[in-house]
Amino acid sequence: MSYLEYNVKTVPTGWRKILYLNWPLILLLSAVACVGFMMLFSVAGGSLGPWASPQMKRFAMGMAGMFIVAMVPIWFWRNTAALAYGLSLLLLVAVEFFGAVGMGAQRWIDLGFMRLQPSELTKITLVMVLAAYYDLLDIKKVSRPLFVLIPVGLILLPTFLVLRQPDLGTALLLLIGGAVVMFVAGVHWLYFAAVGAMGGGLVTAVFFSRGTDWQLLKDYQYRRIDTFLDPATDPLGAGYHITQSKIALGSGGWAGRGFMQGTQSRLNFLPEKHTDFIFTTLAEEFGFVGAFSLLVLYALIILFCIVSAINNRDRFSSLLIFGIATTFFLFFALNMSMVMGLAPVVGVPLPLVSYGGSAMLVLLAAFGLVQSAHVHRPRGR
Amino acid sequence: MRHTPKDIEESARRVSRRGLILGGAQVAFMSVLAMRMRYMQVNQAEEFRLLAEENRVNFRLIPPTRGLIFDRNGQPLAGNEQNYSVVMVREDAGDVDEALARLGRVIPLSDDDIARAKKELKRRSPFVPVTIADRLTWDDLAEVAVNAPALPGITPEVGLSRSYPLQEDLAHVVGYVGPVSDYDLGKLEDPDPVLQIPRFQIGKTGVEAKMEDQLRGKAGNKRIEVNAVGRVIRELGRTPGEAGADLQLTIDHGLQNFMQARMADESAAAVVIDLADGDILGIASAPSFDPNKFVRGISVADYRALTENTYRPLANKTVQGLYPPGSTFKMVTAMAALEAGVIGPEETVWCPGFLKTGGRRFHCWKRGGHGHVNLNESLQQSCDVYYYEISKRVGIDKIAAMARRLGVGVRHDLPMSAVAEGIAPDKAWKRENRGEEWLIGDTLNASIGQGLVLASPLQLAVMTGRIATGRAVSPRLIKSINGVEQPSGAGADLGISPSTLSRIRKGMYSVSNTRRGTAYRSRVEDDALKLAGKTGTSQVRNITAAERARGVFRNSDLPWERRDHALFVCFAPVDNPRIAVALVVEHGGGGSTAAAPIARDITLRALSDGMPPLTAYPQSQRREAEERLNALKLRTPPKSDTGRSRA
Repeated sequence: MSYLEYNVKTVPTGWRKILYLNWPLILLLSAVACVGFMMLFSVAGGSLGPWASPQMKRFAMGMAGMFIVAMVPIWFWRNTAALAYGLSLLLLVAVEFFGAVGMGAQRWIDLGFMRLQPSELTKITLVMVLAAYYDLLDIKKVSRPLFVLIPVGLILLPTFLVLRQPDLGTALLLLIGGAVVMFVAGVHWLYFAAVGAMGGGLVTAVFFSRGTDWQLLKDYQYRRIDTFLDPATDPLGAGYHITQSKIALGSGGWAGRGFMQGTQSRLNFLPEKHTDFIFTTLAEEFGFVGAFSLLVLYALIILFCIVSAINNRDRFSSLLIFGIATTFFLFFALNMSMVMGLAPVVGVPLPLVSYGGSAMLVLLAAFGLVQSAHVHRPRGR
Repeated sequence: MRHTPKDIEESARRVSRRGLILGGAQVAFMSVLAMRMRYMQVNQAEEFRLLAEENRVNFRLIPPTRGLIFDRNGQPLAGNEQNYSVVMVREDAGDVDEALARLGRVIPLSDDDIARAKKELKRRSPFVPVTIADRLTWDDLAEVAVNAPALPGITPEVGLSRSYPLQEDLAHVVGYVGPVSDYDLGKLEDPDPVLQIPRFQIGKTGVEAKMEDQLRGKAGNKRIEVNAVGRVIRELGRTPGEAGADLQLTIDHGLQNFMQARMADESAAAVVIDLADGDILGIASAPSFDPNKFVRGISVADYRALTENTYRPLANKTVQGLYPPGSTFKMVTAMAALEAGVIGPEETVWCPGFLKTGGRRFHCWKRGGHGHVNLNESLQQSCDVYYYEISKRVGIDKIAAMARRLGVGVRHDLPMSAVAEGIAPDKAWKRENRGEEWLIGDTLNASIGQGLVLASPLQLAVMTGRIATGRAVSPRLIKSINGVEQPSGAGADLGISPSTLSRIRKGMYSVSNTRRGTAYRSRVEDDALKLAGKTGTSQVRNITAAERARGVFRNSDLPWERRDHALFVCFAPVDNPRIAVALVVEHGGGGSTAAAPIARDITLRALSDGMPPLTAYPQSQRREAEERLNALKLRTPPKSDTGRSRA
């Protein structure tokens, strides 16, 4: 049924699809990844090992994956969205289960060639299932309470599972990412206003519950908030990262110290210099010019996605692209805010730059979906 | 569901509108990020650059002051003394060989020091300070300080190092500290960061090792500003650490010193327990060694001398040495038999000098035999045949159970290294450990503390204490931690019938105070200090039938390591027991000649405030005792600074 909805005759077929890919987007993604390789090379003291070369291999793998995903017609992805969502929920539960039998506090499942974090996967499948849901739903019914409750349930289920791991950063990403898809799909303003008000109330409750016996967050989560609000309280412990990260970042100045000339990262002040705090190295070595350029690259990626989404008349496709672009946005916005001391340390990587396989592969697969939507968009009339 | 074109139009319009709002919000947030970036990297760049480059902020750990160890009277047993050293930071020093050569022109450096320093410098990160030379004099330290401009990356430091003012006296009890080894780190799951400080010292043996967690304390830290060459410009702030807890041991250092001195020429071990609360007043293993040598790093020659000494100075014989208890075990056999009711206290056994069982002859130590003996006489004269007979009646399992009740074959929980469990063998034990069935001969051997039975001097002291009090006295070594009194070891009633206990005590009284007793020569004449004991002579070899026919060798004719162990256990004063003593002289010969006289001196010393009163000795022995006591090399504890420097 859904197959007919797309005007199949106007969609490119075979190798011609490659011509219709969103090439500027691919170039932008590669550019960001190259920045990542450079930084990993620099952090390792001018060596491809131990980070830069595995990262390159994984990027190549991810790009191949992106092309494969892009070649598959978008309606296939729409029809399997519910299945993908269910599968990722199962994986989340499996992680929970394996954690319980004593394999430690694991958030990932070993696939042999890589470690898959189901929570990473869920960020994408959640967006997919929501987009598919709103594609199926009559537009007039979008704001009816019952039909608002269903997507809310779809969002809260994985959020709850991820919170149990516990992984506050990912839970936050899922929540905001899901809400954004609902917003773009046209759910009434008032719902968001109400949730906003409730969220405000919850934050108040979280703060007031501290130290009482119905305390809502773990102690270490409170400490993270504390050190975020005032890093000086614990300069050796949790606040250490923020203070050192700010020093490294700020000392970069206008043009930076030059490639591989950073002193702060080299002195091992930052223990996670190759993952969550890699932006500080960039900012120290290339200064404001470098850091701002990366931000511009990211902004262009978002821009190309939005343009592609608005020009796409297929509801599933445009919602999916908005959802994925927003998830991507949340990644780098949270990471940069954290590094610059605007948000608490929540452990979100800088997308395509931080060292790490799982996140990169999933992100590139997601951009594969964006490409597929772009290639298979309805054309002509 | 198929949407109508109108729906698609409506959807696309709505999605575009909302999408643009979303995009706008994202752009706004990115602008905030860009502004923040600009603010930090352009407006504040100078401040951050200053923080980052000109004044690198360093964190240094301040090692905590190790807790002190005192004896029961407040005499320091382990303290911290000032130690001057020189440290080097590799990345600030430039060429390491050159820097060491320059330093060598200022203060004397041995080749050993240089080799060790180079190895350490190579192993550590370039910015970690490494100690080059230790225990310098004040003059050397001043020399380095004066020449500081010519010695980049090298700084003089003042630290604390462990010292043991009583040297040999408590080497086995207090133990010693040493630098953290990779082996030590490997044993810990979550090593304290303070252990990474170069040459940080942790307890290696004895109380120092077992009470490490209490003694170590918590590290503090200081934030310092250093300039580009690594010189400290100023201290920004400091979080003081927490000093380790002070321990008070139950040891009386005067008694301990007396024990070591009295046993100086022997390979021996002695334990004195206070019966009121199980306090170990003295626990000495001779010969001993100077733990200070280990703290400073013992020389190869000194270490070889210790390991090659046949008297094994490094072994702590009091708790880790296991000996056949010999006749001192006879109390256990007798109590098992009396409690089981298999023999009456006045019932006699005929001793012709041997007992024939299963085709084998089990000999009494007295060739002609003792004739008719009852319980009291059997203890007094240490008749073996009596115990062969009653052990056959009561069986090994009850004897072993009684031994464990009295603390033999049970591990006593003391914070000392390698506390041994000993063996109180029974049928199940032999099956499990030897894979053999129990034989009646095993029972007979065990009844006189030979064969499979093994006990440490500590266990024998506990056994004697339990016989003297009827309570489950258990030894304790730590009196208080930071002034907090530790649980007493007084123990609950053992549930042994008073008549049994009084019979045994009377038998022990006869050993030491009646004319035919085996320890009569080592009696005490002062009524207030009278002791009740039991001698033991345990074989370390089998006597073959041929040897026996030829006449048993006298101990003095044998090489040292094949001579019998001499043992003596006692409690005193007889009327109101306050202490229990156990003593083993390795390969000393007979218990009555080699062990009992030493044990008497120690007992008298423990019961009196100072030296043993000569009046307590029999008239005929006083002159000899006086000479012996005067010849002892006793130590007057140094009035040293304990190194307590706590601001």
